[in-house]
Amino acid sequence: MMPDGKKAIWNDYQKDIADDNYYYVRSCVRQNFFPGSETAFLKIMREELNKNVYEHPCHTSCSGIGYHSDIVPVETTMTVVARQFSLMTEAGYENLLPSCITSFGLYTEILDTWHHFPEVEEKVRRQLRKATGREFIKPKNLAHASDVIYKYRKEIAAKAKYRLINKNTGEPLKVVDHIGCHYAKMFPSKGVGGAEYPYVLAGMIEEWGGQVIDYPERRHCCGFGFRQYLVQANRGFSVACSKEKFESMMPFKPDMIITNCPGCPMFLDRWQYVINEMEGKKYGQNGEGIPVFTYEEVAGLVLGYDPWQLGLQMHQTDCEPVLDKIGIEYSPEDKYNLEIIPSFSESHNLINVSL
Amino acid sequence: MSKHVVVIGGGVAGLEVAGQLSKVGIEVSLIEKESNTGGHLNKWFKLFPDRRKSTEVKDYLDILTLNRGIKLLTNTTIEKFNRSRNSFSIITNEGKELTAEAIIVATGFDLFKSVRKEEYGYGIYNNVITSADLEEMFRKGAIVLTDGRVPETIGIVHCVGSRDEKVGNFYCSKLCCVTAVKQAIEIREQLPDSKVFCFYMDMRMGGAFYEELYREAQEKWGVNFIRGKVSEASETIENKLLIKVEDTLAGRPLKMKVDMLVLMAGMEMSEGGKKIAGMGGLKTGENRFFAAVDNHTGSNISNVEGVFYAGTCTAPMNITETISHARAAVIEVMDYLKDGKK
Amino acid sequence: MVKNNMGKFGFTISKGRQIDYDSNDRGIAAYIFEKEPSFRLCIECGGCSATCTTGNLTSFSLRELHILIKRGENDQVRQTIKKCMLCGKCTLVCPRGVNTRNIVVLAKQAFKKADEYAI
Repeated sequence: MMPDGKKAIWNDYQKDIADDNYYYVRSCVRQNFFPGSETAFLKIMREELNKNVYEHPCHTSCSGIGYHSDIVPVETTMTVVARQFSLMTEAGYENLLPSCITSFGLYTEILDTWHHFPEVEEKVRRQLRKATGREFIKPKNLAHASDVIYKYRKEIAAKAKYRLINKNTGEPLKVVDHIGCHYAKMFPSKGVGGAEYPYVLAGMIEEWGGQVIDYPERRHCCGFGFRQYLVQANRGFSVACSKEKFESMMPFKPDMIITNCPGCPMFLDRWQYVINEMEGKKYGQNGEGIPVFTYEEVAGLVLGYDPWQLGLQMHQTDCEPVLDKIGIEYSPEDKYNLEIIPSFSESHNLINVSL
Repeated sequence: MSKHVVVIGGGVAGLEVAGQLSKVGIEVSLIEKESNTGGHLNKWFKLFPDRRKSTEVKDYLDILTLNRGIKLLTNTTIEKFNRSRNSFSIITNEGKELTAEAIIVATGFDLFKSVRKEEYGYGIYNNVITSADLEEMFRKGAIVLTDGRVPETIGIVHCVGSRDEKVGNFYCSKLCCVTAVKQAIEIREQLPDSKVFCFYMDMRMGGAFYEELYREAQEKWGVNFIRGKVSEASETIENKLLIKVEDTLAGRPLKMKVDMLVLMAGMEMSEGGKKIAGMGGLKTGENRFFAAVDNHTGSNISNVEGVFYAGTCTAPMNITETISHARAAVIEVMDYLKDGKK
Repeated sequence: MVKNNMGKFGFTISKGRQIDYDSNDRGIAAYIFEKEPSFRLCIECGGCSATCTTGNLTSFSLRELHILIKRGENDQVRQTIKKCMLCGKCTLVCPRGVNTRNIVVLAKQAFKKADEYAI
C-alpha cells in the first residue's frame, strides 16, 4: 500500500465546509439508537469549539427515510425539504448541517436536481406556498456534521485527554472507518476524499492517533437500505451485507469501527449479535465482537466525556474492550445508572428554544 | 527546391516523415521535446502481432533518417507558432526562430493516466501496474512483484481510460486488446506456472493476424478470458489484490484474488499536441485528437493551410498504420509545396 | 440441535451469489481440457446453443454449461448436462473448431467418475 497515492486523491476532493453559524437538523432515528451522539456533538460544537449551532424546534424529518422506502413520492419529499429550508431562512441561517447522512445525501440530491431542472424548483416553491404560505432561500453551504468534526479535528486533538492508542502496547488502535453510502457514492465531489477513498473519518482517526484499516470490502454497503430492513423477511439481505464486511475485515484484527451514518453503526453493531446467534461466529479478538462507534462518540471519548453519558451502554456489542485499551476512566457500576445522564445536557443549556 | 519543412515530434511518425521528406530533397528540421527520438517505441519490448523486437523498427527509422541532413533539435518545445503569408514562423523554447513553408504535426499520444481510475488503486496498491510498466519489466527480463516474488496469478484489465464516460474518453483506443493478448502470451512464456486472466468488455482484434494471436493465446498458452468489466480492486491481508468483475456470460458477479493487476491504459491526445492546437488554431475533434479535414480522403490535412498531420496525433493507430499515415503526409506536403495550395 | 433462526428472527442470512473463483473446484474442467484440448478455443459466442436441439426446447444452454464448467460451478452442470442428445449440431456451427460434442461426452464421463463410482 502506498499511502501517498491516497493522499493525492484526497487532495483532489476537498469541499467547502462552513466555519460557524450552523443550522442543525436532527436525525429521525439516531436518538433511539445512539442517544448520546447528537448531544455530544452539540456539546463539542458549543462548548469546546464555541460555535453557534442553532436548532429550530419546528423542523421535521426530511422524509428521506420515506422517500428511500418508496413510501413518500419525491415531490412530497422535495416540498418537505423546502419547508426545512424555509425554517432555516426564517431563522436567518445559511449553513445547513444535517446530523444524518441520508439527509445529507437527500439535500445534496435535491439541490443538484433543482440546479439542473429549475422548473422543478419553481414547482416546489409553488407547492410550498400553497401548502404552508412559506418561502425559502436555498442553503449557501451544506456540510454533514462529520465534515465539521473533520474540519475541527485538530482543535479536538489539541483538547483531547486520550488518544486512539493501545495503552498497553503503545501501538495505534486499528480502526475501520465505514462511510454511509449517501455521503459520497452519489456525488463524489461532495464528500471529503471522494467516493473511493473517503477521508472524512480517516482524517479524524489519523489526527487522534489511530491507524486506518483498508480491507477489501471497505466500499460495501452495510445493508441498511430502507426497504430491506423495514420488511422483516428482507433483513437477511441486510445481515448478509454486514457479514460480508465483517468477514473481510476480520483478518486485519480491527479494534473498533467508526461510522458517520445513523443506520450503519446500528446495523454493524446489532447484526454482530444476530450473526452470533444464528451462526455462532464473533469477529473480534478474544471471543469478543468489534465495538462500533459514531464519530461523535469517539470525539467525546477522546475529549474525556463519560462513556455512559455518551450512551455507550446502549450498544449491543460491548464497548468496554476499547475503553480499556485506550485507558479511559469510567465506572462500570454506573453503566445502567440513568441518574447521571441529565447532567450531560441540561446544565449546559444545550437545548435552545427560541422562536 | 529550397523548401523547408518543420516536423513537430520525433516519434515513429515524425521520424518516418522526416526521413521520407529528406529522401526527396526537402530540407527538414525535426523538433523533439525529449532528449532522444523514438517516442513510445523506445518503451515497448516486442511488437504485435508477430512479437518482433521493437528495436528492429527503431533501427529502420534511425537508418532512414541518418546522414540526410535532417536538422534534429532535441529537448526542444515550441513557444510560438505564427503564419504569415506563405510561411510559418516558429520560436522554440531556446529562443531559436525557424521559418518553414509547411509544418507536419506528429505529436503522437499520451498514455491515459491510470491514477484517474481510482477504483483500480494504481499508485495506491502495490502490484497494480499499467501495460507500459509491464513492458518495462519485459525489457528488464523480470516480471516481479514489489516484494521480489514472482506472481502466480495475473489479471489484465482491458479498457482502462477508453470507452469510459467517467474519464471523458468515449472512444476505443483500438490497440489495447491486442496488446493485452500479446502481453498475456509473453507472461505465460516467461512464467510457465502462471495463470493469466484477461477481463474484457469486447475483444477488438481488428488488425492483420490479431485474431490469430488471440487464438494462439487460448490454444497454445492457456490464457483465460472472462468477459466483464472489473469494478474494483482492493488489497487483502496477504497482499494480493481482490477483484470484483461481472462474469457477464455466466450472468453472475465473480470475485477472485490475483497477485498482479495489469491495466491496459488507453491512448489520449498528447499534452504537447494540445498546446500546438491552441497556438496554431488547429481544430480538434470530440475525442480531443486533431481533426483532419476529411475522414476518408484527407486524414493528413488540417484546417490550417500548410499544416499537416502524421500518426497518432489524429487517432489511435498501430505502428504499421502510423508509418503508412506518415508516408501519406509526405505526399500531401510534396503536393502542397508544388502548388502552394491545400 | 438445529437452530430455529427463521422462528426466532423471521429471516435467515442471504447467501451470496458471487462466483468465488478461488474456492471453486475446477477438477471437471481440468479433466476435459486434458482430453479435449480444443476446449481452450471456446470464446463462448453461443453459436452452439443457438442451434442446439435440446436448447431450443428445454433450459439447456451449452454455452452457459461451458462457462460454468470453466468456473468450477459443477453443481449447476451435473444434472443439466445429461439432457444433451449428442446430435452434434453444435460442433458443426462452432467458428473456433471446438469439438463441443466431445466436451459433453467427457463432462458426463467426469461427473460419473467423480460422483457415481466414488463410494
